[in-house]
Amino acid sequence: MIIGTIVNGLVIDHIPAGKGMELYLHLGLDKLSCEVALIRNAPSDKFGKKDIIKIAEKMDLDLDLLGFIAPQITVNVIENGEKVEKIHPALPEKLTNVIRCRNPRCITSIEQELPHVFRLTDAESGTYRCIYCDTKA
Amino acid sequence: MKKDLIDILDLSTDEINSLIATAEDIIANPDSYATKCERKKLATLFYEPSTRTRLSFESAMYELGGHVIGFSDATNSSVSKGESVADTARTVECFADIIAMRHPKEGAPYVASINCGIPVINAGDGGHNHPTQTLTDLLTIHREMGAFEGLTVGCCGDLKFGRTVHSLISAMSRYEGVRFVLISPEELRIPEHVRTEILDKKGIEYVEVRSLEDAMPQLDILYMTRVQRERFFNEADYIRLKDSYILTPEKLASAKEKMRVLHPLPRVNEISVAVDADPRAAYFRQVHNGKYIRMALILKLLGIE
Ligand SMILES: [Zn+2]
Repeated sequence: MIIGTIVNGLVIDHIPAGKGMELYLHLGLDKLSCEVALIRNAPSDKFGKKDIIKIAEKMDLDLDLLGFIAPQITVNVIENGEKVEKIHPALPEKLTNVIRCRNPRCITSIEQELPHVFRLTDAESGTYRCIYCDTKA
Repeated sequence: MKKDLIDILDLSTDEINSLIATAEDIIANPDSYATKCERKKLATLFYEPSTRTRLSFESAMYELGGHVIGFSDATNSSVSKGESVADTARTVECFADIIAMRHPKEGAPYVASINCGIPVINAGDGGHNHPTQTLTDLLTIHREMGAFEGLTVGCCGDLKFGRTVHSLISAMSRYEGVRFVLISPEELRIPEHVRTEILDKKGIEYVEVRSLEDAMPQLDILYMTRVQRERFFNEADYIRLKDSYILTPEKLASAKEKMRVLHPLPRVNEISVAVDADPRAAYFRQVHNGKYIRMALILKLLGIE
């Protein structure tokens, strides 16, 4: 069982409680064939409760997406049972097709092929705006 | 790298000052600009009609000795068959040197700009941006007042939906000592994001007031906009308020001698015709300025000295 420890793979820690499933789906983990554990409402010293995802295989994660969902997330890389790297995803400058613009007057509302792109316009407040119409995410 | 104009803030104050200087030189020496754009073509891609803006762009290009191609509303062109803005821009790039695009959807000119190799000018994208209107306003203020610094700018009418007011505020707040008097009914106050993200953030001095008459004596510029009936929930409120925001010779009586009235036009009834003869009425000179600043902009974006 990988809930305790994994030998080789990734541990996505400090996911805000309740966001684990969203992240699981966004990252496409449902399509993996290796063992994946989603732990919900684990006790956390800092936040009270947190979600954790453990993946028994190394893979490229979309760090921009992780940073956007919650900048406090950390990713631990495990090799031979040892933590070899700890990654802190930063707030990404740009998000492509992660969130959709909901402004009915935006060009994306009539052109389905356009990617939905948001840019970080204020790092302090974590504000993202649509690159086409400037609507807040 | 090619340069576009999508949002007024794409231009630095230095670039705006240099556009104004060029426009003022064109006004003084029109003949020396008459062949600057020989063999160049401007494509006016107007997905919704806006005769005034289109004519301003077209006459600007003709006065530079250039040519104009394009369409003036989307119903009779290939775009009505569902062609994407990106594809249209890539196609037009093969025929023209510069694009001026008007579109009812926000961000359409930006989509064009990132999908073609020629400069794109936003000629209005829905209620979002209209940077050449703001440039027109700035040239008018500069010509009438000689400078931007230290001016008290009154914005009157519909400050909630009036995009021209929002971009004028963001452009003017980059100059030293400018303060704003925001005159509107409660229902049409300036939106919170303009207050917090522009005025408060930059520490700009401003007041919000209800009465145009009370504000009048302190103003250097009065920027009028229309209070539209459809912005109100009920007819009674509209009727009660509409006359307070109509400029008449009586209300103008207490204004400074050097004060100037601007309006993005077309007006309906928010400025009484009796005001037109007053030397402080600058809105028709403003239309004229619109052509000159567009000439300066076309030259700049085409890289013509
Ligand atoms: Zn948008």
